[in-house]
Amino acid sequence: MSDAIKVYVPQETAAVSLGADEVAARIGAAAKKDKADVEIIRNGSWGITWLEPMVEVSIDGQRIAYGPVDPDSVDGLIAAGFLKGGDHVLKLGPTAEIDWLKNQDRWTFRRCGLIDPLSFDEYQANGGFAGLRKAFEAGAKHVLEQLKVSGLRGRGGAGFPTGIKWQTVADTVGEQKYIACNADEGDSGTYSDRILMESDPLTLIEGMLVAGFAVGASKGYIYLRSEYPLTRQILNKALDIARNNGWLGENIQGSGFDFEIDVHLGAGSYVCGEETAMLESLEGKAGIIRYKPPLPAIEGLFGKPTVVNNVVTLGSVPDIIALGGDVYAAHGVGRSKGTLAFQLAGNIKRGGLIEKAFGVTLRDLIEDWGGGTASGREVRAVQIGGPLGSYFPQQLLDTPLDYEAFIKAGGMIGHGGIVVFDDTVDMSDQARFAMEFCAIESCGKCTPCRIGSVRGVEVIDRIVGNEKREYNLNLLNDLCDTMIDGSLCAMGGLTPIPVRAALEYFPEDFNK
Amino acid sequence: MASKYDSAIATEIINNFGAKPEMLVQILVAFIERYSYVSEEAIRQIAKEVNLSRADVHGVVSFYHDFRTEPPGKHVVRICQAESCQAMGSRELTSHAEKKFGVNLNQTTEDGEVTLEPVYCLGNCACSPAVMIDQQVYGRVDPKKFDALLEKHR
Repeated sequence: MSDAIKVYVPQETAAVSLGADEVAARIGAAAKKDKADVEIIRNGSWGITWLEPMVEVSIDGQRIAYGPVDPDSVDGLIAAGFLKGGDHVLKLGPTAEIDWLKNQDRWTFRRCGLIDPLSFDEYQANGGFAGLRKAFEAGAKHVLEQLKVSGLRGRGGAGFPTGIKWQTVADTVGEQKYIACNADEGDSGTYSDRILMESDPLTLIEGMLVAGFAVGASKGYIYLRSEYPLTRQILNKALDIARNNGWLGENIQGSGFDFEIDVHLGAGSYVCGEETAMLESLEGKAGIIRYKPPLPAIEGLFGKPTVVNNVVTLGSVPDIIALGGDVYAAHGVGRSKGTLAFQLAGNIKRGGLIEKAFGVTLRDLIEDWGGGTASGREVRAVQIGGPLGSYFPQQLLDTPLDYEAFIKAGGMIGHGGIVVFDDTVDMSDQARFAMEFCAIESCGKCTPCRIGSVRGVEVIDRIVGNEKREYNLNLLNDLCDTMIDGSLCAMGGLTPIPVRAALEYFPEDFNK
Repeated sequence: MASKYDSAIATEIINNFGAKPEMLVQILVAFIERYSYVSEEAIRQIAKEVNLSRADVHGVVSFYHDFRTEPPGKHVVRICQAESCQAMGSRELTSHAEKKFGVNLNQTTEDGEVTLEPVYCLGNCACSPAVMIDQQVYGRVDPKKFDALLEKHR
């Protein structure tokens, strides 16, 4: 064991976007100058973005946090003796005692921030590969059973029961089956996939291995968006680590199970986050959605039975198998079992990732965890679930985060992104943008989506311009119905949701 | 920095992916990484070597936002235009950038220095607005910070 002082500086996109690389370099340079024996570990992020870059020092085995540390505060920290846990205005105390982190229900993200994401030993020492080991020992049937018991639903947005999806693929006869991980996290306000892949990538790899083992697939793909260059680097390194340690390839750990994973990159198309468009893109084609049925579970990638799951869904699996489906199902409410990584975004004072059991209310998250808006003004609208999600006004903020409660309130939880707007927002701009975004990103297959979105922008412009108001409001309403009824996928089918929410809850913004 | 087109190297890239049609998107991603755009010449060569029609390749190129068909400026500056960043002033930041460069989104400055592009989410939404300069992501970018970052990248 080295006696070096361990200093943790996150290597995660948000932390790096706020200067973490330079912070690490400056700490290294200062330590060198002082001849201090310091080991800088680039851990992942705890998801506490509002305190990033959050630097930690290990003192007698306890991690002491400081943050937010910008590059210019490094000299002051060194002078204050932070390498020995010294006092400083940025000192937050022991990481384990930070309320914001302590009060979460960490399951899928429990290793994020804690470990060096590229340390195979740390991954194993913290329960890594226990799920896959258990799967090998107990068999595929047990995995499928436990997954159903857990009540895990797809975290990408649709919320489909994962166990049933996997069972369908397992029951479908086929020589070749695939696991396709959807890492095309395109919804604004969401970044949980990214944080998991950057902070604990081996969890995703293990989840894919469990999936492959359970359904009889030997090949996996991770479809990663091109907007995540750092994620790509970390993920590729993690795949090499898994391969070099015998957790990918042929006859994994002597189990007789073979599995390989390739990373495929997206190319800036939002609609490729829709599962069938993603499959088309994985086949080298334009991301034009497919008609369903057949379901991808029966005829998916290259026409073969395919499990399509989001990153967080797959990342939740290893511990469900290791600890038992009932342990996971003990969290949450109603049919929303387990935890979800909520992501606070937009105009929020304390933004970041909060993994909580379902049932917490929007208001709890925004006010208690998030501390209200960054601007200090009143919260006026909150968009939940990405660009196709509803805009909630103040009076709906007490809605509990539970799939069914949200549907009842006319919204959807989607991928758990929560984008807060203060009272300076013009909701007619937001409604217009919803249509504009659909026009930009539509794959073009369905006319109501392709053309309807363009017409939608025009009609909203006429309403805001006070041109035949009643007539155009009716027209917009009809157009929304046509898009909902006549589009094959969520792009055209759900774009009217934010538009209608803006009109219903904020009509004054369309009448100025 | 993008390299000058070289058909021997292009063949090498195509062959790295087994010259398979199902790898077309990945081949084009690799072309963008090397050449920063997909030229007409590249489309012809890919079509021939992957055994697809030029129309097939063109269809894929034109579908994805990343597959530019014109050379970009020396630096590519992308400003997130999605909701989280809108809530934190990305519209104002975009106007600032457009004024500063004298171009609109999806255009390149006359001196070939900068291409300004929209991007729909960089996944940096807890510290909006987000900007990507070349391959580097920045958070909480107001106009002042934007100007300072440009200086740094010059």
